Amino acid sequence: MCTNIHESVPAAGAAKGGAGWFPVSVANVGFDHAVGSRFDHALLIDFADPARGPSARVAVELDLETGRALMATLASVIEAAESSGAPV
Amino acid sequence: MWNSLRTDAQGAIVAGVTSYRGGDDDLIHAYVARPEGPGPYPGVVLAHHIPGWDELYREMARRLADHGYTVIVPDLYCRDGHGEPDDVAAAARAAGAPFDDMVVADLAAARDWLRAQPTSNGKVGIMGSCSGGRHAVLVASRAHGFDAVVDLWGGGVVMPPEDATPGRPVAPIDYTADLDAPLLGLFGDTDRSPSPEQVDLHEAELRKHGKTYEFHRYADAGHGFFYYHRSAYRADSAMDGWAKIFDFFSRNLGG
Repeated sequence: MCTNIHESVPAAGAAKGGAGWFPVSVANVGFDHAVGSRFDHALLIDFADPARGPSARVAVELDLETGRALMATLASVIEAAESSGAPV
Repeated sequence: MWNSLRTDAQGAIVAGVTSYRGGDDDLIHAYVARPEGPGPYPGVVLAHHIPGWDELYREMARRLADHGYTVIVPDLYCRDGHGEPDDVAAAARAAGAPFDDMVVADLAAARDWLRAQPTSNGKVGIMGSCSGGRHAVLVASRAHGFDAVVDLWGGGVVMPPEDATPGRPVAPIDYTADLDAPLLGLFGDTDRSPSPEQVDLHEAELRKHGKTYEFHRYADAGHGFFYYHRSAYRADSAMDGWAKIFDFFSRNLGG
Protein backbone atom coordinates (compact mmCIF):
# COMPACT_ATOMS: atom_id res chain seq x y z
CA MET A 1 0.00 0.00 0.00
CA CYS A 2 1.02 3.62 -0.50
CA THR A 3 1.20 5.14 2.96
CA ASN A 4 2.51 8.62 2.16
CA ILE A 5 3.80 8.75 5.75
CA HIS A 6 6.73 11.14 5.76
CA GLU A 7 8.31 13.82 7.94
CA SER A 8 11.49 15.87 7.66
CA VAL A 9 13.71 17.46 10.27
CA PRO A 10 16.63 19.89 9.75
CA ALA A 11 19.94 18.23 10.51
CA ALA A 12 23.49 19.37 11.21
CA GLY A 13 26.26 16.91 10.52
CA ALA A 14 27.75 14.87 7.73
CA ALA A 15 27.15 11.51 6.11
CA LYS A 16 29.38 9.23 4.10
CA GLY A 17 27.96 7.92 0.83
CA GLY A 18 29.40 6.35 -2.27
CA ALA A 19 31.17 9.58 -3.18
CA GLY A 20 32.58 10.18 0.31
CA TRP A 21 31.56 12.56 3.03
CA PHE A 22 29.10 15.38 2.44
CA PRO A 23 27.31 17.83 4.74
CA VAL A 24 23.84 16.78 5.89
CA SER A 25 21.14 19.44 6.03
CA VAL A 26 18.02 17.35 6.53
CA ALA A 27 16.91 14.00 7.88
CA ASN A 28 13.86 12.51 6.16
CA VAL A 29 11.89 9.83 7.95
CA GLY A 30 9.08 7.89 6.33
CA PHE A 31 7.27 4.60 6.36
CA ASP A 32 6.41 3.41 2.88
CA HIS A 33 7.40 0.95 0.17
CA ALA A 34 10.79 -0.59 0.78
CA VAL A 35 13.27 -0.65 -2.09
CA GLY A 36 16.47 -2.21 -0.84
CA SER A 37 15.27 -4.45 1.99
CA ARG A 38 13.10 -7.54 2.03
CA PHE A 39 10.23 -5.76 3.78
CA ASP A 40 7.01 -4.72 2.02
CA HIS A 41 7.18 -1.44 3.93
CA ALA A 42 9.95 -0.07 6.09
CA LEU A 43 11.09 2.90 8.08
CA LEU A 44 12.87 4.95 5.43
CA ILE A 45 15.53 7.16 6.92
CA ASP A 46 17.57 9.41 4.68
CA PHE A 47 20.34 11.77 5.71
CA ALA A 48 20.52 14.18 2.80
CA ASP A 49 21.66 17.44 1.34
CA PRO A 50 19.02 18.34 -1.28
CA ALA A 51 21.18 21.21 -2.54
CA ARG A 52 23.61 18.61 -3.90
CA GLY A 53 20.89 16.69 -5.78
CA PRO A 54 18.96 13.46 -5.19
CA SER A 55 22.06 11.28 -4.97
CA ALA A 56 23.42 13.15 -1.94
CA ARG A 57 21.76 10.92 0.60
CA VAL A 58 22.62 8.07 2.88
CA ALA A 59 19.59 5.82 3.13
CA VAL A 60 18.62 3.03 5.48
CA GLU A 61 15.50 0.89 5.60
CA LEU A 62 14.58 -0.60 8.97
CA ASP A 63 11.76 -2.58 10.47
CA LEU A 64 9.73 -0.99 13.26
CA GLU A 65 11.39 -3.07 15.98
CA THR A 66 14.80 -1.86 14.90
CA GLY A 67 13.49 1.69 14.77
CA ARG A 68 12.26 1.49 18.35
CA ALA A 69 15.54 0.00 19.54
CA LEU A 70 17.43 2.72 17.68
CA MET A 71 15.32 5.43 19.35
CA ALA A 72 16.07 3.99 22.80
CA THR A 73 19.76 3.68 21.99
CA LEU A 74 19.94 7.23 20.66
CA ALA A 75 18.25 8.51 23.82
CA SER A 76 20.67 6.56 25.99
CA VAL A 77 23.74 7.76 24.11
CA ILE A 78 22.54 11.37 24.04
CA GLU A 79 21.99 11.25 27.79
CA ALA A 80 25.48 9.86 28.31
CA ALA A 81 26.94 12.45 25.95
CA GLU A 82 25.33 15.30 27.84
CA SER A 83 26.52 13.87 31.14
CA SER A 84 30.07 13.56 29.86
CA GLY A 85 30.47 17.29 29.38
CA ALA A 86 32.31 16.72 26.13
CA PRO A 87 31.46 19.50 23.62
CA VAL A 88 29.84 18.78 20.26
CA MET B 1 -2.02 -12.50 -24.95
CA TRP B 2 1.20 -13.58 -23.26
CA ASN B 3 3.54 -15.66 -25.41
CA SER B 4 1.19 -15.52 -28.39
CA LEU B 5 3.96 -14.35 -30.69
CA ARG B 6 4.85 -16.18 -33.88
CA THR B 7 8.39 -17.48 -33.99
CA ASP B 8 8.69 -16.40 -37.64
CA ALA B 9 7.43 -12.83 -37.02
CA GLN B 10 9.74 -9.89 -37.76
CA GLY B 11 8.44 -7.81 -34.84
CA ALA B 12 10.90 -5.30 -33.45
CA ILE B 13 10.61 -2.42 -31.06
CA VAL B 14 12.46 0.84 -30.58
CA ALA B 15 12.90 2.28 -27.10
CA GLY B 16 14.68 5.21 -25.55
CA VAL B 17 14.47 8.46 -23.66
CA THR B 18 12.80 11.54 -25.05
CA SER B 19 11.12 14.67 -23.73
CA TYR B 20 7.90 16.54 -24.33
CA ARG B 21 6.16 19.67 -23.06
CA GLY B 22 4.06 19.01 -19.96
CA GLY B 23 2.59 21.06 -17.11
CA ASP B 24 3.75 24.68 -16.91
CA ASP B 25 5.27 24.08 -20.34
CA ASP B 26 8.12 22.26 -18.58
CA LEU B 27 10.18 19.79 -20.56
CA ILE B 28 9.22 16.37 -19.21
CA HIS B 29 11.71 13.54 -19.34
CA ALA B 30 10.08 10.34 -20.61
CA TYR B 31 10.78 6.80 -21.76
CA VAL B 32 9.18 5.71 -25.00
CA ALA B 33 8.87 2.21 -26.40
CA ARG B 34 7.14 1.58 -29.70
CA PRO B 35 6.80 -1.07 -32.36
CA GLU B 36 9.00 -0.53 -35.37
CA GLY B 37 6.87 0.06 -38.44
CA PRO B 38 4.32 2.41 -39.95
CA GLY B 39 1.42 1.45 -37.69
CA PRO B 40 -1.24 2.39 -37.02
CA TYR B 41 -0.66 1.61 -33.36
CA PRO B 42 -2.69 2.51 -30.27
CA GLY B 43 -0.93 4.37 -27.48
CA VAL B 44 -0.58 3.86 -23.75
CA VAL B 45 0.57 6.34 -21.14
CA LEU B 46 2.22 4.52 -18.24
CA ALA B 47 2.01 6.36 -14.90
CA HIS B 48 4.86 5.11 -12.73
CA HIS B 49 4.55 4.10 -9.09
CA ILE B 50 5.85 5.67 -5.86
CA PRO B 51 9.24 3.91 -6.10
CA GLY B 52 9.82 6.02 -9.17
CA TRP B 53 10.54 6.06 -12.88
CA ASP B 54 12.40 2.81 -12.67
CA GLU B 55 13.57 -0.26 -14.52
CA LEU B 56 10.31 -2.08 -13.85
CA TYR B 57 8.34 0.57 -15.70
CA ARG B 58 10.74 0.52 -18.62
CA GLU B 59 10.20 -3.21 -18.84
CA MET B 60 6.44 -2.77 -18.71
CA ALA B 61 6.71 -0.24 -21.54
CA ARG B 62 8.69 -2.66 -23.67
CA ARG B 63 6.26 -5.48 -22.93
CA LEU B 64 3.34 -3.39 -24.14
CA ALA B 65 5.33 -2.25 -27.18
CA ASP B 66 6.03 -5.89 -28.00
CA HIS B 67 2.28 -6.33 -28.10
CA GLY B 68 1.73 -3.49 -30.53
CA TYR B 69 1.37 -0.36 -28.41
CA THR B 70 3.31 2.88 -28.51
CA VAL B 71 4.07 3.61 -24.88
CA ILE B 72 5.26 6.72 -23.08
CA VAL B 73 6.34 6.72 -19.43
CA PRO B 74 6.59 10.31 -18.20
CA ASP B 75 9.12 10.86 -15.44
CA LEU B 76 6.79 12.51 -12.95
CA TYR B 77 9.71 13.15 -10.61
CA CYS B 78 11.99 14.82 -13.18
CA ARG B 79 11.49 18.23 -11.58
CA ASP B 80 13.11 16.80 -8.43
CA GLY B 81 16.40 16.11 -10.18
CA HIS B 82 18.15 13.10 -11.64
CA GLY B 83 20.04 10.16 -10.20
CA GLU B 84 19.27 6.53 -9.49
CA PRO B 85 15.50 5.95 -9.37
CA ASP B 86 15.32 5.33 -5.61
CA ASP B 87 17.31 8.49 -4.88
CA VAL B 88 15.04 10.59 -7.07
CA ALA B 89 11.96 8.97 -5.53
CA ALA B 90 13.32 9.83 -2.08
CA ALA B 91 13.82 13.45 -3.14
CA ALA B 92 10.26 13.60 -4.47
CA ARG B 93 8.94 12.04 -1.27
CA ALA B 94 10.78 14.60 0.83
CA ALA B 95 9.39 17.42 -1.30
CA GLY B 96 5.83 16.11 -1.06
CA ALA B 97 5.84 15.78 -4.84
CA PRO B 98 4.30 15.35 -7.25
CA PHE B 99 1.22 17.54 -6.86
CA ASP B 100 -1.98 16.30 -8.44
CA ASP B 101 -2.48 19.33 -10.68
CA MET B 102 0.97 18.92 -12.21
CA VAL B 103 0.50 15.16 -12.65
CA VAL B 104 -2.76 15.72 -14.50
CA ALA B 105 -1.09 18.26 -16.78
CA ASP B 106 1.92 16.05 -17.45
CA LEU B 107 -0.12 12.91 -18.18
CA ALA B 108 -2.67 14.71 -20.34
CA ALA B 109 0.18 16.20 -22.36
CA ALA B 110 1.65 12.70 -22.74
CA ARG B 111 -1.70 11.52 -24.11
CA ASP B 112 -1.64 14.34 -26.67
CA TRP B 113 1.97 13.53 -27.56
CA LEU B 114 0.96 9.94 -28.34
CA ARG B 115 -1.99 11.02 -30.45
CA ALA B 116 0.24 13.36 -32.45
CA GLN B 117 2.57 10.54 -33.51
CA PRO B 118 2.26 9.71 -37.20
CA THR B 119 1.87 6.03 -36.32
CA SER B 120 -1.06 6.62 -33.94
CA ASN B 121 -4.42 4.99 -34.55
CA GLY B 122 -6.01 7.81 -32.54
CA LYS B 123 -6.65 5.69 -29.44
CA VAL B 124 -4.80 6.24 -26.16
CA GLY B 125 -5.15 4.44 -22.85
CA ILE B 126 -3.51 5.00 -19.50
CA MET B 127 -2.27 2.52 -16.94
CA GLY B 128 -0.46 2.75 -13.63
CA SER B 129 0.16 0.85 -10.44
CA CYS B 130 0.25 2.00 -6.83
CA SER B 131 0.27 5.84 -6.93
CA GLY B 132 0.25 5.47 -10.71
CA GLY B 133 -3.11 3.69 -10.53
CA ARG B 134 -4.48 6.62 -8.57
CA HIS B 135 -2.96 9.04 -11.07
CA ALA B 136 -4.46 7.11 -14.00
CA VAL B 137 -7.95 7.36 -12.51
CA LEU B 138 -7.37 11.00 -11.59
CA VAL B 139 -6.22 12.21 -15.01
CA ALA B 140 -8.84 10.22 -16.91
CA SER B 141 -11.51 11.86 -14.75
CA ARG B 142 -10.14 15.40 -14.84
CA ALA B 143 -8.55 15.74 -18.27
CA HIS B 144 -10.85 13.54 -20.36
CA GLY B 145 -10.00 12.16 -23.78
CA PHE B 146 -8.57 8.77 -22.80
CA ASP B 147 -10.04 5.67 -24.39
CA ALA B 148 -9.23 3.17 -21.61
CA VAL B 149 -7.97 3.31 -18.03
CA VAL B 150 -6.21 0.57 -16.05
CA ASP B 151 -5.90 1.03 -12.30
CA LEU B 152 -3.54 -1.48 -10.71
CA TRP B 153 -4.13 -1.37 -6.95
CA GLY B 154 -4.10 2.42 -6.86
CA GLY B 155 -3.97 3.60 -3.27
CA GLY B 156 -5.72 6.81 -2.31
CA VAL B 157 -8.45 6.75 -4.96
CA VAL B 158 -10.70 6.59 -1.92
CA MET B 159 -9.14 9.00 0.54
CA PRO B 160 -10.41 10.02 3.97
CA PRO B 161 -10.50 13.82 4.40
CA GLU B 162 -7.67 13.73 6.94
CA ASP B 163 -5.34 12.31 4.28
CA ALA B 164 -5.81 15.34 2.01
CA THR B 165 -2.73 17.51 1.51
CA PRO B 166 -2.09 20.70 -0.47
CA GLY B 167 -0.69 18.55 -3.25
CA ARG B 168 -3.47 15.96 -3.11
CA PRO B 169 -6.50 17.97 -2.04
CA VAL B 170 -9.28 15.87 -3.61
CA ALA B 171 -9.86 12.11 -3.67
CA PRO B 172 -10.11 10.84 -7.27
CA ILE B 173 -13.34 9.02 -6.38
CA ASP B 174 -14.92 12.47 -6.03
CA TYR B 175 -14.41 12.99 -9.77
CA THR B 176 -16.16 9.75 -10.75
CA ALA B 177 -19.05 11.53 -12.47
CA ASP B 178 -16.52 13.04 -14.91
CA LEU B 179 -14.77 9.79 -15.85
CA ASP B 180 -15.32 9.31 -19.58
CA ALA B 181 -13.38 6.12 -20.35
CA PRO B 182 -13.90 2.44 -19.50
CA LEU B 183 -11.96 1.40 -16.41
CA LEU B 184 -10.25 -1.88 -15.58
CA GLY B 185 -9.22 -2.33 -11.95
CA LEU B 186 -7.07 -5.14 -10.53
CA PHE B 187 -6.78 -5.46 -6.77
CA GLY B 188 -5.41 -7.78 -4.11
CA ASP B 189 -7.71 -8.77 -1.28
CA THR B 190 -4.98 -8.48 1.37
CA ASP B 191 -4.02 -4.94 0.34
CA ARG B 192 -4.67 -2.19 2.90
CA SER B 193 -4.47 0.71 0.42
CA PRO B 194 -6.71 0.20 -1.35
CA SER B 195 -8.48 -2.06 1.13
CA PRO B 196 -11.28 -4.31 -0.13
CA GLU B 197 -13.71 -1.93 1.56
CA GLN B 198 -12.27 1.02 -0.38
CA VAL B 199 -12.52 -0.95 -3.62
CA ASP B 200 -16.17 -1.63 -2.73
CA LEU B 201 -16.76 2.11 -2.26
CA HIS B 202 -15.13 2.92 -5.58
CA GLU B 203 -17.16 0.26 -7.34
CA ALA B 204 -20.39 1.58 -5.79
CA GLU B 205 -19.58 5.08 -6.99
CA LEU B 206 -18.86 3.87 -10.52
CA ARG B 207 -22.13 1.96 -10.55
CA LYS B 208 -24.02 4.96 -9.19
CA HIS B 209 -22.82 7.08 -12.08
CA GLY B 210 -23.40 4.37 -14.69
CA LYS B 211 -19.73 4.07 -15.64
CA THR B 212 -18.26 1.24 -17.71
CA TYR B 213 -15.86 -0.67 -15.51
CA GLU B 214 -14.63 -4.12 -14.59
CA PHE B 215 -12.94 -4.88 -11.32
CA HIS B 216 -11.09 -8.12 -10.60
CA ARG B 217 -9.91 -9.09 -7.15
CA TYR B 218 -7.31 -11.69 -6.28
CA ALA B 219 -7.71 -13.54 -3.00
CA ASP B 220 -4.05 -14.55 -2.69
CA ALA B 221 -2.64 -11.14 -3.49
CA GLY B 222 -1.82 -7.89 -1.78
CA HIS B 223 -0.26 -4.67 -3.05
CA GLY B 224 2.07 -4.94 -6.01
CA PHE B 225 1.44 -8.54 -6.97
CA PHE B 226 2.94 -8.00 -10.47
CA TYR B 227 6.34 -7.08 -8.98
CA TYR B 228 8.45 -10.15 -9.62
CA HIS B 229 11.39 -8.59 -7.76
CA ARG B 230 9.43 -8.30 -4.50
CA SER B 231 7.98 -10.85 -2.11
CA ALA B 232 4.51 -9.50 -3.02
CA TYR B 233 4.74 -11.30 -6.37
CA ARG B 234 1.95 -13.78 -7.06
CA ALA B 235 2.70 -15.51 -10.35
CA ASP B 236 -0.74 -16.91 -11.18
CA SER B 237 -2.57 -13.70 -10.31
CA ALA B 238 -0.02 -11.55 -12.12
CA MET B 239 -0.28 -13.58 -15.32
CA ASP B 240 -4.07 -13.54 -15.15
CA GLY B 241 -3.91 -9.79 -14.58
CA TRP B 242 -1.68 -9.23 -17.61
CA ALA B 243 -4.08 -11.29 -19.73
CA LYS B 244 -6.94 -9.09 -18.58
CA ILE B 245 -4.95 -5.94 -19.42
CA PHE B 246 -4.14 -7.11 -22.94
CA ASP B 247 -7.76 -8.13 -23.50
CA PHE B 248 -9.07 -4.82 -22.14
CA PHE B 249 -6.70 -2.70 -24.21
CA SER B 250 -7.37 -4.77 -27.32
CA ARG B 251 -11.11 -4.24 -26.97
CA ASN B 252 -10.89 -0.53 -26.23
CA LEU B 253 -7.81 0.64 -28.10
CA GLY B 254 -7.41 -1.86 -30.90
CA GLY B 255 -4.01 -3.36 -31.46
